Amino acid sequence: MSDNRFKDHLGRPLIAVTGMGVITSLGQGLEDNWAALTSGTSGIHRITRFPTEGLSTRISGTVDFIAVPVDNAVERSYAFARETTTEALAQAGVSGDFEGPLFLAAPPVEPEWSARFSLADRAPPSQTEGDAYDRFLAAMRERPDPAFLEAVQFGSISERLSDRFGTRGLPVTLSTACASGATAIQLGVEAIRQGRTDRSLVVATDGSVSAEALIRFSLLSALSTQNDPPEKASKPFSKDRDGFVIAEGAATLVLESLESAVARGARVLGILKGCGEKADHFHRTRSSPDGGPAIATIRAALEDAGMDESGIGYINAHGTSTPENDKMEYGSMLAVFGERLKDIPVSSNKSMIGHTLTAAGAVEAVFSIQTMLTGTLPPTINYVNPDPAIVLDVVPDTKRDQQVHAVLSNSFGFGGQNASLVMTLEPA
Amino acid sequence: MSKSANDVVITGVGIVTCYGVGKEPHVALLSAAEAAPPRVDTERFRPYPVHPMPEIDWSQQIAKRGDQRQMENWQRLGVFAAGLALDDAGLKDDAEACASMDMIVAAGGGERDIKVDSLIVDEALKRNDREVLLNEKLTTELRPTLFLAQLSNLLAGNISIVHKVTGSSRTFMGEEAAGISAVETAFHRIKSGQSTHSLVGGAFVAERADIILLVEGIRAHATGAWHPLWQRSADNGGGMIMGSVGAFLVLESRAHAEGRGAHVYATVDAVEGDRGSRDEGKLEQRLDRLAGLAANADPSETLVLSGASGLADPSARERNVLRQKFAGATLRGYGGVTGHAMEAQFPLGLALAALALDGGLRVPSFDSSIEQPMAVPAKRAVVTTVGYTRGEGLAVLSPEA
Repeated sequence: MSDNRFKDHLGRPLIAVTGMGVITSLGQGLEDNWAALTSGTSGIHRITRFPTEGLSTRISGTVDFIAVPVDNAVERSYAFARETTTEALAQAGVSGDFEGPLFLAAPPVEPEWSARFSLADRAPPSQTEGDAYDRFLAAMRERPDPAFLEAVQFGSISERLSDRFGTRGLPVTLSTACASGATAIQLGVEAIRQGRTDRSLVVATDGSVSAEALIRFSLLSALSTQNDPPEKASKPFSKDRDGFVIAEGAATLVLESLESAVARGARVLGILKGCGEKADHFHRTRSSPDGGPAIATIRAALEDAGMDESGIGYINAHGTSTPENDKMEYGSMLAVFGERLKDIPVSSNKSMIGHTLTAAGAVEAVFSIQTMLTGTLPPTINYVNPDPAIVLDVVPDTKRDQQVHAVLSNSFGFGGQNASLVMTLEPA
Repeated sequence: MSKSANDVVITGVGIVTCYGVGKEPHVALLSAAEAAPPRVDTERFRPYPVHPMPEIDWSQQIAKRGDQRQMENWQRLGVFAAGLALDDAGLKDDAEACASMDMIVAAGGGERDIKVDSLIVDEALKRNDREVLLNEKLTTELRPTLFLAQLSNLLAGNISIVHKVTGSSRTFMGEEAAGISAVETAFHRIKSGQSTHSLVGGAFVAERADIILLVEGIRAHATGAWHPLWQRSADNGGGMIMGSVGAFLVLESRAHAEGRGAHVYATVDAVEGDRGSRDEGKLEQRLDRLAGLAANADPSETLVLSGASGLADPSARERNVLRQKFAGATLRGYGGVTGHAMEAQFPLGLALAALALDGGLRVPSFDSSIEQPMAVPAKRAVVTTVGYTRGEGLAVLSPEA
């Protein structure tokens, strides 16, 4: 017999979060991250992974404290994901095989330049201009290199996670750019609502900061160039914000039907109440000026959660610190929440951890749940010079003790990607 | 099987392979008395043979020159094939349907700038400060917009821009498994009422030295002349011959399709993916289990469209399982003639199955050393894809009758 306590407004299973793990430039684990985040600490630093001379941006939120056997994006992304998943499963009290599907947000990967250089070193000399790949191929025929392939396969991170944690079926590896983490959560929620599984393992990871990644974003004028001091560069909703700070990180969430979580006596950390998405066809990198798709995304998340805007007590903003995002996000929130918006606390974790790209949506979902669990709102730091056109309570510079019961978290990305999540402390 | 409102049906097929653009050349391929030999380019990437893109008039599906210029061929091919599928489903000009349509794209990455990469490695051979050189050259030589042509999720992004498909936009990655998961996810969303109509598919461009290089990490690609799929061996490289392919499907709930009077090609009865170690017969065990999805099919009326990559070992192992599980069924290894399409391989198989079932076609043998003539049109199609390094999927389709 079905029990209404475990069903949402549409009769679907309610989704509980029973385990969380996180890594950012602030450190490893939820406890350390939360302590740093609520004390207004920045994880942004000068880049040491590669030389930065001649680059307009020389700072980032790289994660340099997790050991990897080989320095490349796949190894880093896997190692972060392994650590956050171990943490989340321990918190959830799940040992042994996970026995549910894996949804992984992971960065697109390409060969590292060091790999191209070493291929060039062992390849025959150039015959004509622009023939590097012909030479690489000759070198590869001479001596194949399975490690080279494994480091550029998009499926190699989920492969290892599946093996290590015993997930079931074919894992989904996805990218919706800077909304990826939120999309992974959405897929995990959908799978449980479909009745295909009682639990989903949701992982989002990004260890892809390299010279080329940095330069590509620089060439699109997306990054802050306020290098000195690094910890002051990310200043969401400030007048002098000039771009995001590229960063790394990972987060894992164990999602379960509330019914199965309660049945096994798991501690329920929060409820994933609603997810919304809407694609934008305006431009490859810019959002519709009227914010239409972002507005539709937030409204869809509220509707999916069975709530109206009056139920939201705090907003974990996408808040990238780019001139365009923060303006568009503000306009969209204003359209949805109206006059009440100025009274809703809205903070951006990115002021401290930078933009963890593929991981951001999940990292910020973990922090959103933790905000409700602890009754503490993390601040937006570097809010010295407010943008007069953005009238928000950004919880400036210092954390605030305030119990909230429902949080909205936004994620917007290149390619017209928009996703929003509504999380609550209690089921009803 | 009895029909129900939440059946997942195929109502649009968008397909581009070396055989041509759209349904017509592919129906011709699938209905010929004898299969036309595939187009193969053995010169351009010598010693690697590839199945090239056909002649494409991009402006038929990508009206604005500006949009065409923002993309390289991989994204163009995907946007083009997506447009064909929307057209075929009669939804191309239905703004409302496109604005509420869900989308899952199976994507790899876009083209490298071979000239810039070459310039950098050539210069690096003469210098010790390679990382500094890298900063100099990337900063000055990279085209800013190339990044967007390389980003995996920008194929979906461009479909939104060009065709205004904006209900949702999700990009799945991970080689062949991406295509399997895309179909599997869309299937379950429609089945459970989370989606009414979805655009699903992918594109792959084989004519790229940067892509051939990746699979050559394990010497997977065939070398020399083209050989039929089941006859490839270590004498000619790894056995896989890649092909440029765009393959998109419009999937709908039966209720949604019938509500608008859409033509239904076929019903997707089941689809599932799996993965794991392939040691000690474990690949066979998984394929065996997946084949159970088609357990009640009459083999004499079953068409098995295998997406085997041609890579010698997994292809032979797959064929062994298929031979046992579907004894008496018609086997066709479609990747042998289209080329292996990586992320697009599984959607391509479903597209071909839909055409074959819908047309009641008797599909000619693609490799007469193994594949027997087909006596009667199929009442059931089984589509497989076994990833060249990992991931497996299988779908079962029925004709509309």
